Amino acid sequence: MEITLSPLSSSVSKVFINSVYELKDGERIKTCLQCGTCSGVCPFGYFMKFPPGKIIGAIRADIFDQVLKTDTLWMCVSCNACAAFCPSNIPITAALMTRTKEEMLLAGNIPTELQSALENTQRYGNPLGESPRKRSDWTIGIQPEVNLLAKTRQPVDVLWYVGDYASYHLRMQSATKAFAKILNVLGVKFGILGPEEYSDGDSQRLAGERGLFEMMAQKNSQAFRKYKFQEIITTDPHAFNALKNEYPVLGVSYPVRHYTQFLAERLEQIKPLLKKEIKARIAYHDPCYLGRVNGVFDEPRTLLAAIPGVELVEMSHQRLNSLCCGGGGGGMWLDGFQWEKVHTRLSEWRVREAVAAKADILAVACPYEPPRFEDAVKTIQAASQLKIKEIAELLAESMDV
Amino acid sequence: MKIAVPVKFVPDLVEEITIDPSGTALDTTWLRLIINEFDDHAVEQAILLKEKAGGQVSVLAAEAEGVDDFLFASAAKGADQLVKLTGDFSTVNNHALARAFADLLKKGKPDLILTGVQAHNDLDGSVGPLLAENLGMPYVGYVAGITPASDKVIARKEYSGGLVAEIEVKLPAVLGIQAAEKPPRYIAYSKIRQVMGTAKIETSPIAGLDTSGGTSVSRMFQPEVTQRATMLEGSPVDIADKLVGIFKELGVL
Amino acid sequence: MSQDIFVVIEHLRGQVSDTSYVMLAGARQLSQNFGGNVTAVLLGHEAQGLAGNLAADKVLYVDHAALTDFTSDGYQCVLAELIKEHSPRVVIFGHSSIGMDVASGLSVKLGLPVISSCRNFTTEGKFVSQICGGKIMAEGDIPSPSALITMVPGGYKAELGQSSQPAAVTAVPAPSLEGLRLSVKQYIEPDTSDVDITKEKMLVSVGRGIQNKDNIELANDLAAALGCVVSASRPVVDQGWMPTTRLVGKSGKKVKPKIYLALGISGAPEHVEGMGDSEIIIAVNTDQNAPIFNIAKYGTTTDMFDLIPALIEKAKQSK
Repeated sequence: MEITLSPLSSSVSKVFINSVYELKDGERIKTCLQCGTCSGVCPFGYFMKFPPGKIIGAIRADIFDQVLKTDTLWMCVSCNACAAFCPSNIPITAALMTRTKEEMLLAGNIPTELQSALENTQRYGNPLGESPRKRSDWTIGIQPEVNLLAKTRQPVDVLWYVGDYASYHLRMQSATKAFAKILNVLGVKFGILGPEEYSDGDSQRLAGERGLFEMMAQKNSQAFRKYKFQEIITTDPHAFNALKNEYPVLGVSYPVRHYTQFLAERLEQIKPLLKKEIKARIAYHDPCYLGRVNGVFDEPRTLLAAIPGVELVEMSHQRLNSLCCGGGGGGMWLDGFQWEKVHTRLSEWRVREAVAAKADILAVACPYEPPRFEDAVKTIQAASQLKIKEIAELLAESMDV
Repeated sequence: MKIAVPVKFVPDLVEEITIDPSGTALDTTWLRLIINEFDDHAVEQAILLKEKAGGQVSVLAAEAEGVDDFLFASAAKGADQLVKLTGDFSTVNNHALARAFADLLKKGKPDLILTGVQAHNDLDGSVGPLLAENLGMPYVGYVAGITPASDKVIARKEYSGGLVAEIEVKLPAVLGIQAAEKPPRYIAYSKIRQVMGTAKIETSPIAGLDTSGGTSVSRMFQPEVTQRATMLEGSPVDIADKLVGIFKELGVL
Repeated sequence: MSQDIFVVIEHLRGQVSDTSYVMLAGARQLSQNFGGNVTAVLLGHEAQGLAGNLAADKVLYVDHAALTDFTSDGYQCVLAELIKEHSPRVVIFGHSSIGMDVASGLSVKLGLPVISSCRNFTTEGKFVSQICGGKIMAEGDIPSPSALITMVPGGYKAELGQSSQPAAVTAVPAPSLEGLRLSVKQYIEPDTSDVDITKEKMLVSVGRGIQNKDNIELANDLAAALGCVVSASRPVVDQGWMPTTRLVGKSGKKVKPKIYLALGISGAPEHVEGMGDSEIIIAVNTDQNAPIFNIAKYGTTTDMFDLIPALIEKAKQSK
């Protein structure tokens, strides 16, 4: 690696580090021990030209501008492993990786696939580039009809924030429908925003588009304000993270829970309804933004354990050190780019772990995961029998709805 | 060099396009407009020229939903002047739009005008050559590369088959852009927001619309599907099987 | 004032374009409605030989050194005079890099209406144009007394515009062509170091659905397994993901392979122009309403990223 020290480069590093200090707990970066834990636990750290610890080193060496010139930072999937294990408690993902990506975006250093996802979000309110009008088309055919708040304008107990992939992605729609059926069976008074719902924007935020995130938050906030509800639940951990941790900073604050927390609370009501046995060894994958970042580990397991016939097994990475599926922080839209670089996918690694744990089913709780894991299953011989299921799908199957 | 980029917004084909009850025009109830892709390239090409050889870039558009955002994004990319034509554009066609742009550009006197070579909803010619004739300027379409010189430019004109003609064009002139030398760059939304605070969109009211030269449509419809493909069903493996069978039958495998 | 149908012949470096013959075929049909002659208009320098197989009632040929290469300046100048003099009922241009450069300008210059993207004419002599990526058709009367039309191929077979009996050629003196502002400096050949997709028996073609440059590798792998090469539609080439030599379509190459496997290609007319004559088109597109399914023999809405690996596997097994 060529290091050119020039009088100009110092100001780039200094300006950047000052911007980091302004972020929440950003000053902790001063206490970095350069121990290398972050770079070691980072799933792609071995490949990055500047893994997290080295970025801090580069800043201290006044060569941060070199970091901005590489594109290996786009290997970061914002899984938060670095932050979770940092002995100095530096919020590395938020204060460093995201901040750096923001700079790269401003400089125009962005892979094309990600560019399309961001432009689509700006234009259509979702990264898939689908028509906003079709956002609740997945509800067609469900009886009783899913409550579209714009149509009925009824006050509800629960506003179900559905999310981009859950709404539009063909594979995810079956999980979304399953959850709608569960809510109906439980007699929950809920409603959805449908076409008034915009992308939560969290992955876009983590990919460096703070401005876009704020615009999405503003649009969602406008929709929320129109209706009466007690709480928000969501099937999307990224939306969960945004609504719980990021939106309140912007003045948009509602009680919010992930659907597994909501259902776990109603376990006594659900148990007798789980009539069908699902005889299988199930490994549960902790999604980064549900588990590691927001500490929800038990409720999903409680739900799975309640299904008759289920034997819960754990994979070698679990709970706090769960392996990212590779979809976060823009990873969902960098798949081709990342594959080109390393010729391997994090989702494949995880699927191998499920196979090693002798699981029949890999249970997930995030809409990025089924498409990613099902893709990975196709390329791994040993996993040909492995099924990927959302917890909602398994519950619905057992409830026979 | 003073470069002007007149742009047009067109129906966004991501949305379902339907015909209105009269059966002669598109239903505008759910119609969303988006920048004409070729005009997006024209803006990018103009900015690239400015970065290469200096100059000033003006972007012009007729008012419509989404136009303001586009103009600000152009400013964020480096455009110096943003102009929005205001008035009633409900009956506009390319002839009328070209005349409206011409009125404005006669005063601005740009050296070079870049605009998209066509738009997917063109029914009465394209804005570029119509504008050129209104201004008495020469026109070269299907341009995918421009080299500036003092009072002229070399335009690379694309023909089918990949053949390219290098044409010396005396300025002032209008070029119809097929593709910019680089794909349109990404602008972070925060940059656009920043620009919204500092850039100004000048408005220029139109006197009226002169649509003569346009086309009258007696019927608009969606094409009948005369003969549809035999759809192959099954898992990807099943389909792969069938396809390989077809390939072998035809002797290509 | 006449009821003749004029067709402006397009030619480049000694070759008459396919579209020219399509226009002549369309003009022949239209002449039955209006009763006039089909007149081919040929501009060039020492190019009268090109009139040899034009299916027209007569050919007007204008020769001038300044017309050696096509420039919109030169053509517009000459055509304006010809149209003013003969007042034909309709003048047909190609909806192409040649025709589109001059038709609109002439519309303004002569105060005549111009109709774009015309695919064919109805039996009553109305124009039928296709717009919005082929999703919408617009039909209407051809305004009188005179109108300009740019035509796209697809409505008529080129063979119908060809004739083994040469039509009578009338040489028309060129007007003064001083003060032209455009001049062709040189032509740049397409890159011949790459594969010639027009010679391939099968093509794996990728469109916007390939999503990004990095996925092209998958298409390459598939082509390798099938023993053919990859071609692409314009959005893929414009983004720089494939070289222009692989471009299929109006602004690229016309291909007629035995099998054209279209992956993630919607089937917009500009692309179909380049591959519509393929013997068998197989379309893979998750959008069941994609126009490509209207011209494909076989189709599937399976996600191409699921199909490609399976196809590579099967192809390898069958060798």
